[in-house]
Amino acid sequence: MTLLPPRKEDGHEVKLGLVIDLDTCVGCHACAVNCKEWNTGGHSAPLPDNDPYGSDPNGVWFNRIHTFEAGLGSDSRTVHFPRSCLHCEEAACVTVCPTGASFKREEDGIVLVNEDACIGCKLCSWACPYGAREYDEDAGVMKKCTLCIDRIYNDNLPEDDRVPACVSTCPASARHFGDLGDPNSDVSRLVAERGGNELMPEMGYKPVNHYLPPRAPKKAQGDHGVGASLPWVTGDTAADTAGSGKFLRWVDRVLSR
Amino acid sequence: MHPAYSVIFFTTASGAGYGLIAVLTLFGVLGGVPLDPWLGAVGLGLGALLVTGGLLSSTAHLGHPERAWRAYSQWKSSWLSREGVLATATYVPLVLTAWGWIVEGSLSGTWCMFAVALALLCLLTVYATGMIYATLRTISAWHNKRTVPVYLAFALLTGAMWLHALTHMFGYQTPMQGAIVAVGLLLVLFLKRSYWRIIDNTPGPATPESATGLGDIGKVRLLDNPTITKTFVQREMGYAIARKHAQKLRRLAFLTYCVIPFALTILTSDAEQWIAIPGTLIAAISVSVGAVVERWLFFAEAKHVSMLYYGAESA
Repeated sequence: MTLLPPRKEDGHEVKLGLVIDLDTCVGCHACAVNCKEWNTGGHSAPLPDNDPYGSDPNGVWFNRIHTFEAGLGSDSRTVHFPRSCLHCEEAACVTVCPTGASFKREEDGIVLVNEDACIGCKLCSWACPYGAREYDEDAGVMKKCTLCIDRIYNDNLPEDDRVPACVSTCPASARHFGDLGDPNSDVSRLVAERGGNELMPEMGYKPVNHYLPPRAPKKAQGDHGVGASLPWVTGDTAADTAGSGKFLRWVDRVLSR
Repeated sequence: MHPAYSVIFFTTASGAGYGLIAVLTLFGVLGGVPLDPWLGAVGLGLGALLVTGGLLSSTAHLGHPERAWRAYSQWKSSWLSREGVLATATYVPLVLTAWGWIVEGSLSGTWCMFAVALALLCLLTVYATGMIYATLRTISAWHNKRTVPVYLAFALLTGAMWLHALTHMFGYQTPMQGAIVAVGLLLVLFLKRSYWRIIDNTPGPATPESATGLGDIGKVRLLDNPTITKTFVQREMGYAIARKHAQKLRRLAFLTYCVIPFALTILTSDAEQWIAIPGTLIAAISVSVGAVVERWLFFAEAKHVSMLYYGAESA
């Protein structure tokens, strides 16, 4: 049924999702590659590639890494920006589906596609503001991030590995997985501490995934690290002449006037 | 948005068909045309052909047309599902009304009920088609109070123009029909101009800054796309070829759906049959071409908010 699941009366809803740290993401695309690798053999298998060695390669990927510049000039920041399904609370991709193939799970909020019922009308991809769904031309059905539903509940995997493929592979630990419906979960606390935000909050889709903004830059040269102790930064002229003889210290003082 | 030919043909052809059936049936009920079985057969037949052809063509863009029946199930939430249910339901009063008109020669009593239900279902189906687009908040050009009225007005206008040509062929034309067509033309002119004014002056629902959440740092611009070739999302939502020709195409649409048919309607209003028949036929064809150009622009001009992630400065 493409109606969204009813709200729980006690307010304790499980909202599994990701928290992505834009401060530490290095833009290496490892999450996208591992996502493709896992999912082309997983729940939505295969994820096709068309013309992979030709002039116009394209295919189905659930994770796309953009790079943005924010701000201008010396104050600007280069920010790598992984984008995948945000498993919205108000998932318009679900309610527009005419067949019930697109649905949101009541137990954990994950948005999935039942590929056996999908007619491939693509309306869900039009309804998604985040460009998260990708159409499989070969199978004639829509595909999307499953939050690695076949990993996170997989008893055959060691417990540490029961996280989405993108999270397990991130070399910068920029991706975190957990229950954003629980205010005491690690991911919820991370969002609270770092001022995490929703994407396009004004559109009202209430995405579950959150993004942690880059930390404020250290403005002046030598605010941190080894540079902080350099004499021309600290203004400590005495350090310049440390170890010099009496005469040279006198010369320095005279010339410094 | 990528303009899929099957969807453009579907919305314009089925729109014209539903418009023709609705207008013809109401004319029949109200005595605007005589209940000539041949007029009924040709008019309702042409309408059914346009509707059915359009519906079949719409399944051509599906990945799994054989599963199309599943689309009847989600009418509680999905306008696409509602459109499918209404389109199918329309066939019931269509058959009954055709029977009443062609076989029984009557559209009164029970037949009148079926005819009114038919006209209503035709308009409701077009309304549902319009609502599929109008409820997509991701595409601000479509999430527009004029989208549904424009869909309805184009359906009624193209239908009325084809009926106008048919009544001339059968010799049942009346000045009232010409007047209704002229009013329809002015209505579409007003609604579509208003639609274009709205989409030209309405800012998008989001910005690159809100899409990335990086607005606190400053203005956001894309440095690198995820891929060097275009993704599905870029090909489907990022269609931009028509936008640079938009003004020319708008003028072409205006000429074909309004200026030419309006001139022909005036010219043929008092003309001999040998001028009026080809004149009204050309007017009907011109309006239909105009509707296709308009519908193509409807897709091609519409910007999708997801393009903010691919370098669009507004959406």
